[in-house]
Amino acid sequence: MHLDIRQIAKDFGDTAALHGVDLSVASGELVALLGPSGSGKTTLLRIIAGLDFPTRGQVLFGGTDASLKSVQERNVGFVFQHYALFRHMTVADNIAFGLRARPRARRPSEADIGRRVETLLELVQLGGYGKRYPAQLSGGQRQRIALARALAIEPQVLLLDEPFGALDAKVRKELRRWLRDLHDRTGHTTLFVTHDQEEALDLADRVVVMSNGRIEQVGVPEDIYDRPATPFVFDFIGEASRIPVQVKAGVPHLGGRAVPLPADVKRPADGPAILYVRPEHVTLAADGHGLGGTVASLHRSGSSRRLSIRLDGTDALVEAIAPYDGEAPPVGGRTALRFHSPGLFAA
Amino acid sequence: MSARFVQPSVIPGFRLALGFTVFYLAVIVLIPLAALIWRASDLGLPAITSLALEPRTLAALQLSFVTSFLAALFNVPFGLLVAWVLVRYRFPGRRLLDATIDLPFALPTAVAGIALTALYAPNGWIGQLFAAAGIKIAFTPVGVWLALVFVSLPFIVRTVQPVLDDLDREVEEASATLGAGRLRTVAKVILPALLPAILTGFALAFARSVGEYGSVIFIAGNIPYVSEIAPLLIVIKLEEYDYAGATAVATIMLAVSFAMLLMINLVQSWSRRRFGRV
Amino acid sequence: MSDVATLITREAVIAETSGETVGARRRQPRRPTEESPTIRWTLIGVAVALLVVFLLLPLVAVFAEALRRGLDPVIDALTDPDGLAAIKLTLLVAAISVPANLVFGVAAAWAVAKYEFKGKAFLITLIDLPFSVSPVVAGLVYVLLYSTSHGWFGPVLNGLGLQVIFAVPGIVLATIFVTFPFVARELIPLMEEQGTTDEEAALSLGAGGFRTFWMVTLPNVKWALLYGVLLCNARAMGEFGAVSVVSGHIRGLTNTMPLHVEILYNEYEFVAAFAVASVLALLALVTLGLKSLLEWRYGDELAAGRRH
Repeated sequence: MHLDIRQIAKDFGDTAALHGVDLSVASGELVALLGPSGSGKTTLLRIIAGLDFPTRGQVLFGGTDASLKSVQERNVGFVFQHYALFRHMTVADNIAFGLRARPRARRPSEADIGRRVETLLELVQLGGYGKRYPAQLSGGQRQRIALARALAIEPQVLLLDEPFGALDAKVRKELRRWLRDLHDRTGHTTLFVTHDQEEALDLADRVVVMSNGRIEQVGVPEDIYDRPATPFVFDFIGEASRIPVQVKAGVPHLGGRAVPLPADVKRPADGPAILYVRPEHVTLAADGHGLGGTVASLHRSGSSRRLSIRLDGTDALVEAIAPYDGEAPPVGGRTALRFHSPGLFAA
Repeated sequence: MSARFVQPSVIPGFRLALGFTVFYLAVIVLIPLAALIWRASDLGLPAITSLALEPRTLAALQLSFVTSFLAALFNVPFGLLVAWVLVRYRFPGRRLLDATIDLPFALPTAVAGIALTALYAPNGWIGQLFAAAGIKIAFTPVGVWLALVFVSLPFIVRTVQPVLDDLDREVEEASATLGAGRLRTVAKVILPALLPAILTGFALAFARSVGEYGSVIFIAGNIPYVSEIAPLLIVIKLEEYDYAGATAVATIMLAVSFAMLLMINLVQSWSRRRFGRV
Repeated sequence: MSDVATLITREAVIAETSGETVGARRRQPRRPTEESPTIRWTLIGVAVALLVVFLLLPLVAVFAEALRRGLDPVIDALTDPDGLAAIKLTLLVAAISVPANLVFGVAAAWAVAKYEFKGKAFLITLIDLPFSVSPVVAGLVYVLLYSTSHGWFGPVLNGLGLQVIFAVPGIVLATIFVTFPFVARELIPLMEEQGTTDEEAALSLGAGGFRTFWMVTLPNVKWALLYGVLLCNARAMGEFGAVSVVSGHIRGLTNTMPLHVEILYNEYEFVAAFAVASVLALLALVTLGLKSLLEWRYGDELAAGRRH
């Protein structure tokens, strides 16, 4: 089931949570909505589910407008951040809830429901847990039960709100791999919301980066990381040094000297601009060709050594990573820099 | 006081505070209640049973328990409705309404008693409407029930209200995403989650109603075998210097109070074990 | 996999799109956790109507009956010597029993909330016990202890010239019993929540135990304390059943206001009965008003569960 979101806008009183968002998700795709809190990602997810309604815009399931359908009619599987399991029901009753809620004509027999619950419990690797109560499960187990419950209704799309947000780091990583495997087996069109870039880049086919109710960039994880489309994406994902420059005739200048850039970098109009570059995209050129600078500090950060380099004629500092086997220049030493995949945006 | 009894603490005053607490508790509550139990054990179970089985006493106990049960039963849906409206909806006057719920706690019972009688007596504001239809409320068991509804309503509202307030909206949304309509969500998801609170409120309301005196005796009319409640019978027996009779009735009522207290504790611990919290 | 073509990111609102399909406003489904306005307003209406009939009408009736023949009979009833004696006795009883239970409440909360010891849960249950005992039984147990003819201690005390039952001491004791838990049960949960770090900090800075209590603990719980005192006082002044059993109903001597109401009522002095009752009803209203004010303004500083 493919999903189309057209010009979705949502106002809460005077503040706009979403400003006309467009997005298409292909059938079977696993897409992450990534952004800081307040970026509108959860609001968008809830609008798709029919838990909230947009001020303007449409949601289409398989090309059919679902805007007027209630959440019950949309048949979406929704996994809540805190799972929202029914505490007074056993795990089996939780999973069976959606099937028992169906109109009589489409409701499976109790025997069929029982079999389906068993199958789903096996699928989420919790066979034999049917008689327990949610309070008797660990966080990770509750998470998987919530997923099984959502899958029980054979949803058109699967929506997950911060699915790993309430778990500790170790369980989170395990479940991430597990969810990817499950998705590859079941093939549900899936959207999940996260504020964790590592989770989004690791898990998703495509990542939608959101900020202030707008989509900043959509792309495969490699694009998002290596070719950020906006300053926000540069800042929010990974690390980047910010270098103020002057653009003259399409060429950035720093302290009066032109900064050489790869040909595919988009150039803004002439005037003040900011050059973004990730530490791992900075090469220390032994041959001296490149932007000259002095090493301001050098320190070890885990497995690598990080350098802070002051560019000649400015106060701007550029972060770089010293090659693991090479000689790093000492503090106060001279070096030359070359930038790969930088971004250049009007200030 | 050995070191094992209390965990070491740098904060001073434990002996003084606990000593005073236990002493005061003993003088005011425990010794007097023990006196009642001592008297009852002097009488012995057979004597208490035969005193309780006296027709007039039996009728009074029956009236107290049945009307209290029915009042608590009526207050379950009534209290649920009020709690729901107060928690879920915003409307003008909501806070005022919320404050009035505690009126039966704050209004002295004798005042409530004469006010209810004035309202429901055959010539009262409401009583005359029913009198016209040939229905008598005051001076009948219906009047007793009505007074008990008044005094015990806050117990259900005030136990359900905070639980309903804490109820996670996401759980209701989860139910909706799974295809359940609103009515099904209320019946299968919300009400079961409120069940421990409802049972606790019911037990509190029942316990209060069984022991209630002031608000009932005026409207009840106190006709032996018809509208005479058990607490009143204790007073009557005391006035007749029938200490044994009074002790017997009081012992039965105290036993019911303790049973209710026990039930509340069981409900709470069951709910905590099964659902992780109360 | 994906490519940029399946995906459109448009910052600006495109006029033609919004014109055809997007901008049109249609009736949208309700949010799934809300009821329709019809149901909502019906439920509100039914709840309000029931509360008006069951709770508010009795209150209105008190004042209406009192003022049936104007203000003069009300003033007469309240300035009558027996009426004045009842008011004085009620104030006296409250003036003894409220401070007594206040001191107890603070001591009990200090012991329960600031320390871990065996039998703590049981102690809390015992403190709440008077709430689940019928007021009449509460009166009876004191009669069984202190009655001059039948009580355990009665004859001894009588020999010392001290009468408890059918006298003021009995009324005070019965009142203390029924109002016993009010202050303690407000303070215990709050002080448990607050823990002991503030006190430990004060002690580590060299403050003594009493100073720590006075300067640190008490300010932290002052609103909850006031809340408990308010409820305790309302019940102390309004208690009927327990007091009725031990008082003996001696006019001008052992009649509190609620008992006075009963006597007037039983003598068919309805206006006078409702006049005294309306003073008690006003007290209830003031109590409710102050209580609500505390809940709204200082809800955070009362124990959990009182935060509406």
